[in-house]
Formats: sequence, structure tokens, C-alpha cells
Amino acid sequence: MSAPLTSLDRPNSYIGRSVPRPNAKRLLAGRGRYVSDLRLPRMLHAAFLRSPHAHAKIVSIDTEQARALEGVHLVAIGADLAKVCTPWTGTLDHFKGMTSAPQLPLPLDRVVWAGQAVVAVVAESRAIAEDALELIEIDYEDLPVVVDIDGAREAGGPLVNPGSANNTCFRSQLDSGTVDDAFAHAAHVVEEEFSFGRHTAVTLEPRAIVADYDPSAGMLTVHHATQTPYQFQDLYSRHYGIPEARVRVIATDIGGSFGMKLHVYHEDMAVVGLSILLGHPVKYVADRIESFVSDIHARDHRVHARMALDAKGEILAMDVLDLTAIGAFSTYPRTSVVEGNQVIRLIGAPYRFKNYRATLEVIFQNKVQTSQYRAVGHPIACAVTERLVDMAAAKVGLDPFAMRAKNVIADDAYPQTSPTGYRFEALSHQACLKRLHEMMDYDRLRAEQADLRKRGVYRGIGIATFVEITNPGPAFYGVGGARISSQDGAILSLTPSGEVRCLISVTEQGQGTEAIISQIVADQLGLAQEHVKVITGDTEVTPHGGATWACRGAGIGGETALQATRALKRNILEIAALILQEQPSALDIVDGEVVDAGTRNQRMPISEIARIAYFRSDTLPPGTQAQLTVSHHFAPQGYPFAFTNGIQGCSLEVDVETGFIKVLKHFIVEDCGRVINPMLVDEQLRGGIVQGLGAALFEECRYSETGQLVNGSLADYLVPMPMEMPDIVIGHVETPTADTELGAKGVGEAGTAAASACVLNAVNDALAPFDVTINSIPITPAKILKALKRF
Amino acid sequence: MSGFDETLLEEADEIVRVRFVVNGRKVACEVAPRETLVDCLRNELELTGTHAGCEMGACGACLVQLDGRAVHSCLMFAVQADGAKIETIEGLTESGVLADLQAEFHRRNALQCGFCTPGMLVNAHELLSLVAQPSREEIRDALSGNYCRCTGYEAIVDAIDAVAKARSEGGGAT
Ligand code: FES
Ligand code: FES
Repeated sequence: MSAPLTSLDRPNSYIGRSVPRPNAKRLLAGRGRYVSDLRLPRMLHAAFLRSPHAHAKIVSIDTEQARALEGVHLVAIGADLAKVCTPWTGTLDHFKGMTSAPQLPLPLDRVVWAGQAVVAVVAESRAIAEDALELIEIDYEDLPVVVDIDGAREAGGPLVNPGSANNTCFRSQLDSGTVDDAFAHAAHVVEEEFSFGRHTAVTLEPRAIVADYDPSAGMLTVHHATQTPYQFQDLYSRHYGIPEARVRVIATDIGGSFGMKLHVYHEDMAVVGLSILLGHPVKYVADRIESFVSDIHARDHRVHARMALDAKGEILAMDVLDLTAIGAFSTYPRTSVVEGNQVIRLIGAPYRFKNYRATLEVIFQNKVQTSQYRAVGHPIACAVTERLVDMAAAKVGLDPFAMRAKNVIADDAYPQTSPTGYRFEALSHQACLKRLHEMMDYDRLRAEQADLRKRGVYRGIGIATFVEITNPGPAFYGVGGARISSQDGAILSLTPSGEVRCLISVTEQGQGTEAIISQIVADQLGLAQEHVKVITGDTEVTPHGGATWACRGAGIGGETALQATRALKRNILEIAALILQEQPSALDIVDGEVVDAGTRNQRMPISEIARIAYFRSDTLPPGTQAQLTVSHHFAPQGYPFAFTNGIQGCSLEVDVETGFIKVLKHFIVEDCGRVINPMLVDEQLRGGIVQGLGAALFEECRYSETGQLVNGSLADYLVPMPMEMPDIVIGHVETPTADTELGAKGVGEAGTAAASACVLNAVNDALAPFDVTINSIPITPAKILKALKRF
Repeated sequence: MSGFDETLLEEADEIVRVRFVVNGRKVACEVAPRETLVDCLRNELELTGTHAGCEMGACGACLVQLDGRAVHSCLMFAVQADGAKIETIEGLTESGVLADLQAEFHRRNALQCGFCTPGMLVNAHELLSLVAQPSREEIRDALSGNYCRCTGYEAIVDAIDAVAKARSEGGGAT
């Protein structure tokens, strides 16, 4: 017997269907076109001499021998580039009182972190450029180094920026309700100080850029491995004084980005300047060691938090202090404050309580800058909240599931506003909790845990509820004065052969943007997916838009494509109606054929409409101008963000002799609204979880007391590899947003958001018989053994 | 720091002629002794399907087949490969030996950005030529030198597992 027909059984119904990505075949054949692969005629190569000191005055730079080396075209120091590039400052207006020193591609007289690029060499090959670096001599005078958070906050201590009063970049406070009162009347209070290590994106393809300034055309073309080509078009135009229309940024295949490839990097700005100075294409690809010392890092927070509860275990209040150390500058143009801001605003987000107070202090130090990386702030907010909830559950004597069931905002209680001011349209914590409980076979896991414990095997079960920010509106950056778009645009054409070409501003880094956009277009127009060609990542051809960051590809990009397609369909049907002498409303399109809307009887293929419109417009009624190309933009309105939610669970084993942790299985139930391609959603979740597990267990940028990164290679910095990673079980709940027709929200960061919180809870659960706790991430074997007093 | 280092320049100037059979074709390259095989393949021969992620043998992005075995092309100088038979992702694709693996990776979305993918395929191919029916544990173990930042590895394991089963059902085809 066959299953009942669903909406997916209609022809060309692609929304909700797991179809493979059309562009992936190219990548599988080794035919990717990454920026690091690119070679242009007359192209030269840049390399950078980097500071060995975390903080020093540049006394002198001798470049004479380097310039004399055969094959070297240019040796540039800070002053050379400062002549052509205006400085930038990583602040946003809506973060009141925020400061950061102006930055230039290369420093003029002072270096502020170990690894900062100081001199650029451009030569005929990378090898020659690197030879030349060895011939450069720089005289430095050491300055006091600010390394850790406490040292940075000491009054009268050394300053990262000598002109300033202290090392504070930004301070803010949220205060709602009557927090002191709630704590005074609480039956239980739990309290902990957490620390989160610095880690970094470690995309497999490092940062790569080829800048090509053509002086004869006054035109700058930049092939840039970035998520946000329009943002860089604007920045290169403004900082180098080239009209925007003469700056083209092309972002083809990108070997991973995760937020790391949307910030302004000094070397990238320098490469543009070097190309302008030379009139040649200039290529720069960071090597792995350079990536570790110059890519943004993330996290690096110390959070003190406490939670007040009543006797039955209901959360009454939270009180939080988040200290975050961001490096020597705030990144441009998105700033390094956004992460801390999201931490204090997301803490407690799944729960129903009113009294909240949080202080955020963002602090400079002599390290490379931190900034937005996948799930900005989420893992920290989630770990702090969920660990306190587990501690509270233990105190009250409730099971972790029961504790959450008691406190999460009820699924029927929306819309809701969080005590931190976030407005939630509709979330599904209760449904997700229930699903996870079943999926984990929780009671069996607990029984097994108790059994094994008797035999000296220490397993832990951890769960963590989360809320994820997706689809940011203009309030995110726009109101702060940053020229970062929250809208997206699409240009859709019916080709003369009856296919569709879609130029869209959201970009592809492997998450499947092109696939889901073609699914939406094919679905909405009534066409086979293989007849839709999606083009992304070229500011010269695709319309301006925000592109892909903060999980906006499906929710905003997808809605843009949907609305554009409906407009094109209207136009096609209008022409069809003229030809067929019908009302447009009496017609529809199915499988590339215009049909009678009621009977589905075929009338004519859309290729025939295209042929007539393009080649035989003389046969159309007088006055008809066929509009078979439409351009459409969409900016989110309504809720400022489309919040999503979910819950993760983790089962792991701690070897109390060695401190090693083996993750046995990981679970997630996620609600990202309308799912466009379940397979791609699942793969986003899995990839995100593995990044979160990396942070939880292995990844940390470790610095010496003098500010040297001591593990800047892939042999020393541990990343999750296939052997250590578990299989991941996925469940879905779908609560579409009513703000768009499509109903999709984002999903790219959900996996990362709660993975480390889950592991933290599971490890503490495993260690419960020893009466010790872990409160810092990553959870290394050494930390476990230290907690167990065995090290 | 020392003054102008003449030996450095002499080394840089030195050029060696090396010959290999790459993807079935005889090629000759003029390379500096310090040039790695991955750089030679990518820059000299424009076979950019082989990627470099760490240049120290830790990530597996640069795996190629050399005389029938998977090797890290970042850990080898081009001159060391003189006389060798090399297959890169481009050649392996054209010959069709990876077709079932590639199709299964595609079907299961066992790649995202695709940067690790050529190395993953070369490694998976090698594994399946050594062990006809690896367990999931063995697949994960064999891939333990292949870093992927985008996927959660699971789809890759699934794809290799499925191909192993299909190949042995089909009597060890391809
Ligand atoms: S580039 Fe060869 S192993 Fe990473
Ligand atoms: S798919 Fe991006 S590194 Fe594996």
C-alpha cells in the first residue's frame, strides 16, 4: 500500500525535500574555484613580516637589502600604505561610550600583538617574497605587555593603548526587575565562576585574496574568500577612495568561513593597497601559522553568574558579570563587542523569569582581536545558564528534564519578551524537551549509567536548552552606523529557452545556499530544479545585499527568492494570458508548462512564451512590453530577529584515570521554522555540533606570559577529527515564522550554540560521585585530573 | 640578523628538472629543490584540486596517490617524486575509479565547502582498496588524519560505508 499523498508529491514541490546540492559535483571532482587556486596574468605575491613582540615600539625598519633582491617589486611599510588608505575604527554608535584605536593596514610606530603584520613584500613568487622578509631588519623597543584579563583591569597597570585612561573598550549594564530583592527572598541560590578559552575558526582553506587594480580603467577587482562581498566593496571603495561602482568583489568557492571571513584584516587591506601602488594583481594566501596569529579568535570570557530559585525550583532571578578580553583592537566593521552583548542578552533566554541584571565589560589586551565566529556569544550564554540550571536542579532535587520542564517558557505563552529585551515570536521548548527525552531513551540511559557506575565506569548525561538569534534586521548593525545590509536582493530572468537564472546576494560557503535558492525558485515557479541556475558572490552581477552571516541565508535570502519568483511568475502568466486570450488568474505553471489553473490541462510551455516575447514581440498585442526579468529586494520587518530554539543532549564517558572524555552519542532537537532541505539542515546541525564539541573538549589558543601564541599550528592546536566525534541523532520541530511567506528561520549556529553546554553538564554529571565540578572550557584531561586531585 | 645571505639566494636560484607521470601523462617540471609536491602540482601543473590546509601533514587536504599509495603531497619535495606515478583528484575523477564514492558523497551531502573533499576521497579510496568491508569505527580511524571543519564527519563515514557495502555486493566492482 502506498503512503498518502503529501504536498511533496506535487510536481516541482521542492520546499521540504532533501535534494543534493547541484554545485557539489564540481567540488567532488576537484574542480572548485577557490581564491587560493587563482592565477592571473602579471600576478605578484605578497608576504608579510610579522612582529615577534606582543607590544613594542618600532624604532627603525631597514628594508634596503630586501628591495635589492631580484624578483622583488615592492617593499611597503605602514607609512607607504597610509598614504593611500584611510584608517578605520571598530566602533558602533549604538554601543555608547565604546572606544577602539584607529587602525591602518600596517602599523606606523607600534605593534600591539605578536604576529601583527609590519612590513609587506611583493615579489614574483611567494618564495621570493619570503626570502626578502629574511633580509628586513626591524629594531623594536619592548613595551609592557597586557596578557590576561585581571592584569588588563588593574588600575595603574600597563595600557594597550598608551593614550587611553584604561584598557576598557566598552561597559554596559542591563537591569530589569528587582534582582537584589529576589535573591534576598530566594529559597536556593546557585553561583559559579566560569571561564571560556579563546579559540578560532580554523577553516580548512585559510584566508585568501587577490586584488587586481587596473589603473587604466580606474577599476579595482578583488577576488576575496569572504562571506560578505558587498561589505568589502563598500569598504575598499571608501578607504581607498575608488567609486563604489568601480570596485568589484568576487567571492567564488570559499573553503569554510563561519564568520571568520567577514571581518576586515590588516593584510587584506594591505593587499588592496599594494595592488593599487603597483598596478598589478597581488595575491596573498595566509599559511596555517599566519592564520593562527591573525584570524580573529573568539570567546575568551570569564563569567560570574548566580541564580535565585524558590523552594519548588522555579527560577526567580539571575545576576551576571561577563568580562571579555578582545585583543588590542575592536574588529571593523562589526566590532568585538557584539559577542559579549549577545552573551548578556541570551543568558536565561529559554526561561520564564523577570529579574535579571548583567554587567558586560569588554577589555583590551595584547593579543589578536576576537570577534564574531559561528554562534556568536551563544555557547557562553548557554553554558552559563544551563550549568546553573543543572546545579539548581541538583539542589532542589529535580531531574534535569523536570527542572527545565518546570521553567521553560510554555509553547502556548508566545509572544514573549525576555528580561533582556528580546522579543520572541514563537518558540517550542516544551515540544523539544519531550522529543529529546524520547530520542535519547533517557530513562534507559540513566539506568545504564547507574549500573556502570557500580562497576567503576563513569558516564555522564548532559542536556542544554538554547535560543538562537537568526535573520537579524537593520537594528543589528545598521542603527550603529555600519554599512552592513540586512536586506537582500534577487534578479530573476526567464531565459529565451525557458529556464531561469537567479542572481542573488546571499552567498555560498558550502552550506547549500545555491541549492535551497534553486529549490525555492523551482517550487514557486513550477519548474524542474535543474532548469534553475543560481549565481552568487559577485558584486558586479548580483544585486546588493547582506549576504550570508548570522543565519540569514534561508530566512532572508530565501524569502527574497520566493517573492522575486512570484513576481516573475505573475509576469510570465500575464504574457501567457495575452497569447492564450485568458485571464492570468485562470492560468498556472506546472513542470515548465502553462496550464489551466482549474483543470491542470497543458496550454503551452513557458519556453514558448519566452521565445515569443524575446524573438517575436511583433506578434504580441500593441503596447505589450514583456518583463521577463524582475528584480526584487526584501528586508525583514516585524520581529527584529527570527529566534529559533532547540535542545541538545550528550552521552559521554570520563576515564577518571586518564582524564580522557569519549563522547558516545550526541542528540539535538531543533526548531528552525520551515525546513527547506532536511538533509542540508541536518548537515548544518552536525557540522555545528562538531565545532561546538571542538570548543568544549580540545580547542584553545594558548598564550605565554609574554603574549606569544604557543600552539599556532595544526599539530599543537587540537581540532575535532573523525575518530573523536560521535554519531549525532537529529529531531525536528517546525514552528514557521509568520513574518515571512516562507516561514524559514536560520539553523547554521544552532549546533554550535549548545554543544559545549551539553558536554559541560554531562562531564559534571559523570563526575558527580566524586563531588568535584568543572567550570571551564575546554574541558581537557588535565582539568579533569586536576579536579579529581590526581594531577 | 645576518647581512645579505648569498647562499640563500643561490639555493633559491637553483632549478632542477623533474619528471613524473601525472594522471597518466608524462610531465616535466623545472622546480626549486625546496618546492613541495603540492606546490608543484598546484602552481606548475595547475592541478588545483589538490589542496593545502596545514602544510605539515596534519590535515590530509593534500593527499594524492603516488605509485598507488596515498601520500601527503605537502610532506614531500617535488624532486623526491621524480620518476613517480602520481594520481590527483582530477585524474582519479577522469578515470572513473572514484565515481561511486563521488556519487555517494553527493547523494548524502558528505561535503560542504569541499576543501577537504579531494583528500577525503583519496583516503577513502585507499581504505577501500585495503579493507573491503571496514566497520564504521575502522572508517573513522582511517580518516583520523583528514580534517574537515564543515561537516560533522558522519555523512562522510556513511558514504564510505555505503560504497563499501555496494562494492562487495557487486562483487568488488571498480
Ligand atoms: S596540507 Fe598536507 S596534510 Fe595538511
Ligand atoms: S567540507 Fe569544508 S572542510 Fe570539509
